[in-house]
Amino acid sequence: MNIVLELVKVLFAFVLVMGIVPLLIWLERKISAWIQGRVGPNRVGPFGLLQPLADVVKLLFKEDIVPTNADKGMYFFAPLLAMVAPVILFAFIPFGPDIVLADYTFKLQVCDFGVSILFFMAVLSTAVFAVAFGGWASNNKYSLLGGIRAASQLVSYELILSGSFLYILLKWNTLSFRELIEKQAAYGWTIVSDFPFSLLFFILFFIAALAENKRAPFDLPEAEPELVGGYHTEYSSMKFAMFFMGEYIAITVMCFCMSVMFLGGYHFPGVVDVSGNFLNALLGLAVILAKVFILIFIYMWIRWTLPRFRYDILMRLSWHYLLPLTVILILVKALI
Amino acid sequence: MKKFLTCTYLNLIPGFILTFRRMVMTIFGGHFTIQYPEEHYPFRQGFRGEHRLKQDELGRPKCVACLMCQTACPANCITIVATESPWPDREKVPQSFQIDLLRCIYCGMCEEACPCDAIELTPKHMQAAYFREDKVYDLTRLLHNTE
Repeated sequence: MNIVLELVKVLFAFVLVMGIVPLLIWLERKISAWIQGRVGPNRVGPFGLLQPLADVVKLLFKEDIVPTNADKGMYFFAPLLAMVAPVILFAFIPFGPDIVLADYTFKLQVCDFGVSILFFMAVLSTAVFAVAFGGWASNNKYSLLGGIRAASQLVSYELILSGSFLYILLKWNTLSFRELIEKQAAYGWTIVSDFPFSLLFFILFFIAALAENKRAPFDLPEAEPELVGGYHTEYSSMKFAMFFMGEYIAITVMCFCMSVMFLGGYHFPGVVDVSGNFLNALLGLAVILAKVFILIFIYMWIRWTLPRFRYDILMRLSWHYLLPLTVILILVKALI
Repeated sequence: MKKFLTCTYLNLIPGFILTFRRMVMTIFGGHFTIQYPEEHYPFRQGFRGEHRLKQDELGRPKCVACLMCQTACPANCITIVATESPWPDREKVPQSFQIDLLRCIYCGMCEEACPCDAIELTPKHMQAAYFREDKVYDLTRLLHNTE
């Protein structure tokens, strides 16, 4: 019985994260349209909500081209990894409070263990391989350049992410996302309870997360004017769609992670208690989704406002400014 | 470090405010999009599109087949065959009046040349057709070429 419940939960988590993706694609197109004074997709379904579905159908019927000199194994593996890695990341995110069913406590988190933040970081860094493999296996100079750019960018910004995780460890003395939320519920959200540090680390984490997700203004791995399409130049049909979906899943998971680390996760004062009934869990899910969508909106707002960085500026930003700042802040925090 | 601290990162804030304001304005109806097949851009007075031959109050074509427009036309797209008028107030009427819209450059010289204000350019601009012959307008078509 419990195993069935757990399987249902895993399925629910998967459907949740996969269901957000088309919504994000729609939202991205709508927000870009609004910011540019356009209307956006409005023909397919109400408010154009079925547009992503139409896109998927189109992509399914496209010809799946494999370059003659591509490294076949890696060429097929890269999009798979690009999509699977962020989905695995979601397993560590608690997306709602516990539900108590008679004698069984049902956690709304796929995989809860003491060091989930460490696992989160470990799986997060596999995202580099997807783009690097994809870029290299396509046997195309633009793809390769995109892959190299992506690899160096992700590696340099991952350090800032790790610094922020270290800060969370210093502040809350835990490596479990669930405990993190419980502590934030008890002592106030990270972003308000430790004011100057938390806000700075939130901004640092946010910038690094943008770079980690290859979002504008850090979207150099797929800069169209310079690299045709970057690491996915040679990908077509569903393989391209998998890269695309993987990117949006990664954004979703990053925003979930940020809301758990800094904004109290599913906790909102007065809305969610610890009674463990079903309605409470639903409210908690609504709260965390609201936080995630606000963060995603900021992601998109940034994308459609700022132009792309030049590559040396991107690297200098990371290694000369943000990384020393992170290190200094951690040292100061550790001393206090 | 000094450059980082003194450079203009704060200048990003007005940009963000601008895009946000633009977004809110667009949501509340301030968009520039015209939903094309249903809506059309309202053309101004004097837009030069397809031609039309006017009729007088008795329903007769105003044209007196003077060939002024044919002479004025820089693209040689007007072909008029005149015949004797059945009415006493004019000498000639057009037997056939053809305008090859594929040759026409929509300069409006015919409209200017016409002494009795019989030809004019309408705002009609949807020029798609399946055959070339469809775009050679004859007298009846030109007389009834209204929006």
